[in-house]
Amino acid sequence: MNTLADQLLVFVLLINILILGTRRTKVAIRAIAVQGIILGLLPLMTHEFQSHILIITIFVLLAKGVCIPWLLLGALKKIESGEELQPIFGYSGNIMAGAVTTVLAFVFAAKLPLAQIHLGLLTVPTSLATILAGFIAIANRRKAINQVIGYLMLENGIFIFGLLLTEAMPLMVEAGALLDLIAGIFVMGLIIKQISREFSSIDTSRMTALREEE
Amino acid sequence: MLILLLINIPLAGALAAWLIRSDTRRPLVLPVVAGIHLTLVIRAIAASPPQTPDSWIYLDAIGKLFLLEFSLLFAACACYAVNYLQYRKERSNQVLCTGFLVCLSAMTLATVAHHLGLLWLAIETTTLVMAPLVYFNRNARSIEATWKYMLICSIGIALALLGILFLAYSTIVAGFPPSLILETLQRYAPSLPGVWLKAAFVLMLVGYGTKMGLAPMHTWKPDAYGEAPGLVGAMLAGGLANCGLLGLMRLCQICMSSPAVHFYQSCLIGMGLFSIALASIFLLRQTDIKRMLAYSSVEHMGLFAVALGLGGKALFGVMLHLIGNGLAKGVLFLASGNIHRAFASKNREVARGALRRAPWTGALFLAGFLAMTGSPPFLPFASEYIFFSAAFSQGHTITGSLLALLLVLAFLGMALTVIPVVFGDPPKDRQRTKYHDTALLVGPPLVLLILLGILGLWLPEPLFRLVTEAAKLLEATR
Repeated sequence: MNTLADQLLVFVLLINILILGTRRTKVAIRAIAVQGIILGLLPLMTHEFQSHILIITIFVLLAKGVCIPWLLLGALKKIESGEELQPIFGYSGNIMAGAVTTVLAFVFAAKLPLAQIHLGLLTVPTSLATILAGFIAIANRRKAINQVIGYLMLENGIFIFGLLLTEAMPLMVEAGALLDLIAGIFVMGLIIKQISREFSSIDTSRMTALREEE
Repeated sequence: MLILLLINIPLAGALAAWLIRSDTRRPLVLPVVAGIHLTLVIRAIAASPPQTPDSWIYLDAIGKLFLLEFSLLFAACACYAVNYLQYRKERSNQVLCTGFLVCLSAMTLATVAHHLGLLWLAIETTTLVMAPLVYFNRNARSIEATWKYMLICSIGIALALLGILFLAYSTIVAGFPPSLILETLQRYAPSLPGVWLKAAFVLMLVGYGTKMGLAPMHTWKPDAYGEAPGLVGAMLAGGLANCGLLGLMRLCQICMSSPAVHFYQSCLIGMGLFSIALASIFLLRQTDIKRMLAYSSVEHMGLFAVALGLGGKALFGVMLHLIGNGLAKGVLFLASGNIHRAFASKNREVARGALRRAPWTGALFLAGFLAMTGSPPFLPFASEYIFFSAAFSQGHTITGSLLALLLVLAFLGMALTVIPVVFGDPPKDRQRTKYHDTALLVGPPLVLLILLGILGLWLPEPLFRLVTEAAKLLEATR
């Protein structure tokens, strides 16, 4: 049962690298949608079948697989996608950083005192690697929409860690968190549209009006 | 039952505000809901039903104090909003009124939540609903501020969630059934594995610290406070920042009964002192009054962190300062909103001589500044005095001395801006705006100021008991 879950987690790791390396925002959005769908299926693989788990799966599939990518694609359509913006350290720098942090995540996770039943699973290292990849994407990308995708990777990484704890997280809180995430992405999408109208670009490094005067 | 009403009435108000079509009648929903909420809060504070073990929702002493502060501040902002929004007829206030009410509901939920996941959810919701309010002015500067606010706070809150998950996982590693109920975690805390607990603490400190605006995660704060209307600034500084503080306090309740207390205490003191130092330096060269208030908020959030780290006697001060800081921020932000309206600027180069242009507002701004910086007879004087005496009597001489130095620096920095704004000569070359002091624009901050003065001199018996009880909840059991 768990070999399938582990294979899916490897896919999650590959998608991280894909998102860090891709030039096209549309590809990144589709990749994050696929990652969301994998995340939705994971609870079914790692837990005994319960109605609780099934409901979470449906929620996650709808939220991360359908709703959020749809919101992001909608935001992308409204902004002129013309110019390509190099990440601050370039695409290869991005991929290298992603690879290095993935390795570090595995080394670090091996040192953590895990519960007996979770030893040898890919869950913890994948979770840490995805969180770190999210941070790289946020820090190294300049377009607001790519930063949102980074934030989603961060959230996905946290969700993977949450798989170890489905018993502790009540359904209501989990559903509430997903709803908040959707609302958050919705608001971010609106802000992105406004940014592109005000600055005629969504390059956040151009936003420099607010800083301390020298 | 009472608690359910407290959460749902603002929501019903939000729905009503969303449905009302007229921009002039809509703001009236705010004071109505605020009045009902405040009355119910006072009843809820007086009642103390027995706590059922492992319940998700319970209003304890800490929650009561936060709830009182939120409700008072909201009532002041609500009355102020009615008149303020008449000056801003160029924009629809639908989103502002609705967002305010949803935010009140979420803040109420945060005060009663004893399940860490539920608390997190409430805090996350407050962050979200305030984002469109920061963007009220709809210009390039405010969109930049909103983006920073949204991105940085979302990341921070996400990290806090990871911390909460680590905390839950530590219970599994220790062999307990996983739980996120505050009281259960407190019971487990002495035997939870140190690595996971420390990691959870650091993540939650960073996460809730972002929301509070502790340095170095404070960067969104001057921008958001600077570009938002004064009304929204008051809610951000006295409401949302305090929600982050509530999260941090709940975390302290758990961690302070674990063996590694010293680690947690030094983290809090270190981060707090760094925030105060950074804020004092930036206060010295600040020309924009709202950005100045943002740095003052960073400074006071740092003060909270230091006091939580000191523990012992300082905790009584923390609870007093919670009310003092929240209400004083309300006075200052509402007054700064008036100054902004009166001069059509919030920079001290232009907004000079408030005392002559709008005497009530000018006087309020000056008194608010004195209250905020801990001058007698206002409440923050009492709490800051307690911090100092706790620091020196509990052997933290260096921390205490640094605190004294930095607070003087912060006072000077704020005075450099406040004095020209209040006493300077009004600029002659600029056209006069339509603004003039009215009862509803000056009354609410004045009431808050009077409350601060009274509480600074005399703490009523029930409030004293509440503060003592709340401080006891935070005390380290080791």
